[in-house]
Amino acid sequence: MVQYHDAHLNASFAALSDVTRRGILTQLGRADASITDLAEKFHMTLTGMKKHVGVLEQAGLVATAKVGRVRTCTLGPRRLEEETAWLEGHRQRWDERFTALDAVLEELKQKEKVDGRKKRR
Amino acid sequence: MDARNEGDSTPGSHRTAVDRSDRELVVTRTVNAPARLVFDAWSQSELFKRWWIPKSCGLTLVSCELDVRVGGSYRLMILPPGAPEPMAFFGRYLEVIPNARISWTNEEGDEPGPVTTVTFEEKDGKTQVVVRDLYPSKEALDAAIASGSTSGMGESLDQLEAFLGELGAA
Repeated sequence: MVQYHDAHLNASFAALSDVTRRGILTQLGRADASITDLAEKFHMTLTGMKKHVGVLEQAGLVATAKVGRVRTCTLGPRRLEEETAWLEGHRQRWDERFTALDAVLEELKQKEKVDGRKKRR
Repeated sequence: MDARNEGDSTPGSHRTAVDRSDRELVVTRTVNAPARLVFDAWSQSELFKRWWIPKSCGLTLVSCELDVRVGGSYRLMILPPGAPEPMAFFGRYLEVIPNARISWTNEEGDEPGPVTTVTFEEKDGKTQVVVRDLYPSKEALDAAIASGSTSGMGESLDQLEAFLGELGAA
């Protein structure tokens, strides 16, 4: 049974924890490729490559389409959209942080002013 | 008094901006306070814990220990919503220049995490804060973004679970 924090810490990286799968994504970032192409490039059996592509496809990172007898792999539709969405989410999280930081800084400034006045007295 | 920004500030520079290059995430924001106060807010636990956790995430900061000096370490215990136990975020400070720069490692992940560097540059009583997360490789940053995108949200959690099952079976 996978516990929540394990899932979060370890498995959140699982999708891309495999060096071959990361390589496949990099490769597909350059150009679409058939499973056969990929298997050759990564010195793997067709079955092994199908497994990796299947894992990536399940995660929405890769899309495949069969034309005739050839299955062609492309980067999944989620990848770029997700990156853009993630960056905006990241920006919003920081924006929230900075808004809270602004309040803390305002308080520190006020405190300095008061302390400064006390000193001058 | 004129509240407009100085010449080299772009319009809206008070807002938070995010940029990504191959290996780096950069967040920029100008705050209305001198650098020494901003440095205090980043280096004193009592101040830091008041602003670090974005409220909308529903996260609870259980504890926060910062030993901000070169070689010193930090440890944050953060409880995600609905999680049974808090998660630990920890690392070491690599560089500390009072009122100017703090750099630290992020060591909670299985793989080498990014090195975060924050710089404070004061001008006319305001401070430009730049936070840089430098990842070991482009692939590592891609992976962090992809995992961030597929954890956290309900719909993707199901997907992650299915994914885990498959990995376990493989």
